[in-house]
Parts: sequence; C-alpha cells; structure tokens
Amino acid sequence: MTGCLRFLLLSLALAAGLAHSAPFENTIAQRTMACTACHGAQGRAGPDGYYPRLAGKPAGYLYNQLLNFRDGRRHYALMTQLVDPLTDAYLMEIATYFSALDLPYPPPAAPAAAPGVLQRGQTLALRGDATLRLPACVACHGEALTGVAPHIPGLLGLPRDYLNAQLGAWRTGQRRAQAPDCMAHIVAQMGSEDIHATTSWLAAQPLPASAASRKPAAALPATKAALPACGSAPSPLGKPP
Amino acid sequence: MKRAAYRALAGAAIVLVLAAAATLAWQRHGQDDSNVPEPLIAVAASPALVERGAYLARAGNCMACHSARGGVPYAGGRAITTPFGAVFSSNITPDRQTGLGNWSASDFWRALHHGQSRDGRLLYPAFPYTNYTEVSRADSDALHAFLMQLPPAVQPATAHTLRWPFNTQAALTVWRALYFSPGGYEPDTQQTTEWNRGAYLVRGLGHCSACHSTRNALGANNTPLDLAGGLIPMQNWYAPSLTSALEAGVADWSTPDIVALFKTGVSARGSVLGPMAEVVLHSTQHLSDADLGAMAVFLKSLPPVAVRGAPAAAGASASSPVFSAGAKLYEKNCAQCHGEQGQGVPGAYPPLAGNRAVTMASSANLVQVVLNGGYAPATAGNPRPYGMPPFVLVLNDSELAALLTYLRSAWGNRAAEVTPTEVQRMRSENQR
Repeated sequence: MTGCLRFLLLSLALAAGLAHSAPFENTIAQRTMACTACHGAQGRAGPDGYYPRLAGKPAGYLYNQLLNFRDGRRHYALMTQLVDPLTDAYLMEIATYFSALDLPYPPPAAPAAAPGVLQRGQTLALRGDATLRLPACVACHGEALTGVAPHIPGLLGLPRDYLNAQLGAWRTGQRRAQAPDCMAHIVAQMGSEDIHATTSWLAAQPLPASAASRKPAAALPATKAALPACGSAPSPLGKPP
Repeated sequence: MKRAAYRALAGAAIVLVLAAAATLAWQRHGQDDSNVPEPLIAVAASPALVERGAYLARAGNCMACHSARGGVPYAGGRAITTPFGAVFSSNITPDRQTGLGNWSASDFWRALHHGQSRDGRLLYPAFPYTNYTEVSRADSDALHAFLMQLPPAVQPATAHTLRWPFNTQAALTVWRALYFSPGGYEPDTQQTTEWNRGAYLVRGLGHCSACHSTRNALGANNTPLDLAGGLIPMQNWYAPSLTSALEAGVADWSTPDIVALFKTGVSARGSVLGPMAEVVLHSTQHLSDADLGAMAVFLKSLPPVAVRGAPAAAGASASSPVFSAGAKLYEKNCAQCHGEQGQGVPGAYPPLAGNRAVTMASSANLVQVVLNGGYAPATAGNPRPYGMPPFVLVLNDSELAALLTYLRSAWGNRAAEVTPTEVQRMRSENQR
C-alpha cells in the first residue's frame, strides 16, 4: 500500500517535472533532459524501480555504464540509441554532472523477505562466505556500502527488483563490464537463493543520514588498494574523474 | 509469413526464368580487367597514400558497417539486416587468415569495382558496389594501402543468414544481370570541376543513394543518381528525398548551411538525427570543407522530382477533437523546449513550425523521434548536443497519434494526420 502511494506520488512529481516550464538554459542539466525524463528529475530515479538513480553515483561508474550501453555490454535499446552518437568526452561530462548531484534518498521499502533470509543476506553483504569463495559486498563497495570513487557504485537506495535484474543479467551474460569483469566472476558463484537474500537485505537498508557520509568513499582501504580497476575503461580526461 | 513465402516463390521463379540470362551474365562478369599481374616486389605504401586512404575510408564510412558494436574497428561482424535475411560485414583488417591480408590492390579493386571477392565469388550488394563501382582506381589503391596498415585482427566471418534463393550465387548472378554493370565516374564536361567532385563523392564513396532512394522487391535501387528518398529497409527510418523541396532537397539552401549540416550535424536550416547522425559522426564531419562544399554544389543542382505517392496534404482542422487533444499533449510534454508556437530554440531545439521533417509525407521519422528520443551527433563543431527524451513509455498510440497530427496541422503546417495504427506498427517493428 505504501509502495502504491509512493509510486503515485513519484508519478505525480515526475509529471509535474515535465510540465513545469522552466526557461531555457545553456546548461548540462538542460542538455540531459533526455536522461531525466525516465531517471527522474536530477536523476533521482524513476518511479517504477527500473530506471535507477543517477544522482551521486561515482562518475567513473556512470561513465562506464554509458560506454557499456553504447558498446553492447549492456542491453537496453532506448539507452543504446540515445548514447550512440555521443563521444567519450561528452559521456564523461554527463556522468560527472550526475555524480556531483546530492539529493536526499527516499526511505527504503519494508522488506518482504523472511527474517532468516534477511539474516543470510546481511551475512553475505558484510562478511561474505569463505566456503563459497564469495567476498563480502563491503570488501569493494565501501564499508558503508555507499560505493568508492571513482568507479565502484554504492548498493543502497536501489529497489530490490533493480538489484535482482542486474545480478540476473550478469549471470546470463546480458550485462557485462570491461575486463576484468570481477562482478561476473562473483555472480557466477552465487545461487539464486543467495542473490535473493542479498538483494532483499540491501534494498531494506537506509542510507546514512548525513550528506557527507552517504557520498562514495574517497578510496578503498589500504589493504584492498591493490585490487584491479574492475570493469572500467580509462578516463577520456587522462586522469580519474 | 504468407508474404515471405510469396517472396521466396517469386525469387525462385525469377531464378528459373532468367537462367539463360544468368549464364550470359556470368560470362560477361567473369571477364574483367582486374587480373592484372601484381608487381613482383611489394612497394611500401607512402604515408601520404595511407593518409589519403584513411580520408577516403571516412568518406565511404567503411568503419560503420565493417565493425560490430564495441568490436575491433574494421574487423567486421555487424549484421546488415535486409528483407531477405542478414548479411554480416567482413573483416577488412589485414589478417591473413580471416581478413584481407592476402589481398592485392587488384583484388581490392575487383571487390570495389566489380563486386567480386578475391576467389571470384559474387558479393552481396549490401556492400554497395553499385555505388563503389564509380570510385577511381587511384582512390581504390589508396583505400587498400590504408586498410593494409591497420593492426590485423583475427576475427572469422559470421555466416550470413539469408533465405533461399537469395543465399545462392545464381541469384546474385541474376540480380547483377538486372541491376549492375561495372562502371566508373564519367565527368560531366558541362559542369565545373567542383560540381564533378561533389557528384563523384555523392554517387561513389558517399553511397548516399543506398539509403536515399526506394528499393524494389529485389532490394535494388534505380541508379546511383536516384536520390528521391526511400524507407531504409528494416530500420524504419525514412531517408528523405534530396530532390524535393518538401523533404530534404537543398536547392534553396546556402552552401555554408549545407556544409554546416555535414560538418556539425546542425545548421540554421535543420539538424540530423537517427541514421544520418551516424553518417555525420563517422563520415562527413571528417571531410574537408572543399569536399563538403563540392557535395553541396552538386546536391543543390539536383533537378526537382516530385515525391512518389505523396498524398495531398490535408491536416486536421483546428476545431477537431484530435487537434485539441494533441494541443493539450503538446503543451504538457513539448512546449517547454520547442516553444508555445513551435518556434524551437536556435542551436538547441529545432523549430517544429515549418519544419520539413515534421511535414513530409512519410511520418516514419517523426514517430521514431518521439518514441525513442535521441541526440544530434556530438561532433567537433557541436560537441555537447541537447537531447530529446523518449516518449515510448509516456504516451500511448492514440495520444502519440493525436500529438503528431497536431504538429502536422498547427502553426501553418499542413500535412496528413497520423493514425494510431501507424504508431502501433512502428512500436511493434522496433521491438522485433
């Protein structure tokens, strides 16, 4: 019921956003209205769970996803057509713009999964499973699961359907990343139940309250700093975004 | 399904009836001037020749078809979908096993000029040799020199998925007998050098007629000079007529406006989207101002031709329910960028009032743009284009039809209504 209400409110907000006749501006926000039509005003996420939030995600991560759609490693015809005629430099500018936006997050949906399932999800997210050779989510996605600049996305504030769709797509090869595609190896080790448990727990976690602490971490901990730059192309700027 | 069966039968009948013609044609095309002995000592191509070849490869946009999405440039593997099945582009890097590594300049010339592979196989005209036959031997040699110095990529060919009888050499023999004879560009001595240069580029390497003309039931377009517009097979984009003032004819454009469109993707008179955005991005923006100017001069000189089957423009009356429904949708979804009076914003959003892309007889591009949105190409001259959002998830077929009918009837625009069926057809074609 609250989900329904939220959907309605977001739909109304989205409709209001489209109808609002702001004056024309020579800005990157104006240029990316093709993005915000689906991903919500300022990239705050679309209303139905399938158009994820863009605001505040690490610039390198967003840039790599745009390349992935353009170059056929991710598949969604609308996205591919939109980014097809754009250059690396412009895609990086778009990514950097959305990454710099700081918007409040809506509270997470109440979890529908059983307590045991959520417990298993929490364990996998925070500690991993040594016998299955599964690293914990926090090992790469940041202690607070808010991601690590510039390439690793946060895992909070995303609907469970979206998380499931992404991990499922990785498992079937529908979603790929630049080599080394670390996440593909990890997902290959995960059974359906573990995916379900992990996404159920992640989708139920609130973001840290303060704006500073919900930003992606500046860097991986020193012990992990030697990890390869998973799934990432070099920046067209010649330095990290 | 019925249509496919009919096509197959028609194709088979033609194969039989024209068997004699085929034999004759086979003999005729077997004799060509490409069996020239190669020089015994291979001469390294000069940097100037390679550079010239690189430029010509841009002019021909070879990379666009000869590269798979995200794949190695020029290594082939892109599906060119046709009504007869898919043809996969070949690897034209100099790998010896899977590419052109063993091809001499004469072998390459034979492919470009005669549409035949090194082993004598007839090539599918998805490779536009009906146009490339007009390319000069000197330009062919420069292209060859450029391709031969690319990094060799090992990428075996993907098998074509053409249906019978279109997958046979016999069918190609017949097709060639009907629609192809090796030619060459014959300069028109009545015209200037500049005009001839433009004609050579448009008809030959530019292969503009590959999209900007109608294809018949066997996928052939009339001549390299037919630029009277046509629906691009399988893509559901309409390549507008370059010979009609109602479509994309440029007779009354200034040469600088035409050059700007080729160079940047936008101009004072119009902008490009869809398949032409790809052409500007990968090909025309890289051409010299002199060559673009020459193409402009040639295009401006094309004699006007009436658009085939264009209905008398009607448009919805301003008092009709569909007009007022469309007007409301316009106000809500479009006016913010395109303006209350469809005037647009110069340099960012095209005007819709008096815009030929809105009013031309075919509504295909209009439906595509509103369904899927899009960006003009990010070119050196317009590196940060503005975007059009997709409305495929926002508007249903009736709403979209009402909106487009309004666009085609408001602000002095006079074009036929768009029906929900047209929108629905495009939506389902896009999902195939």
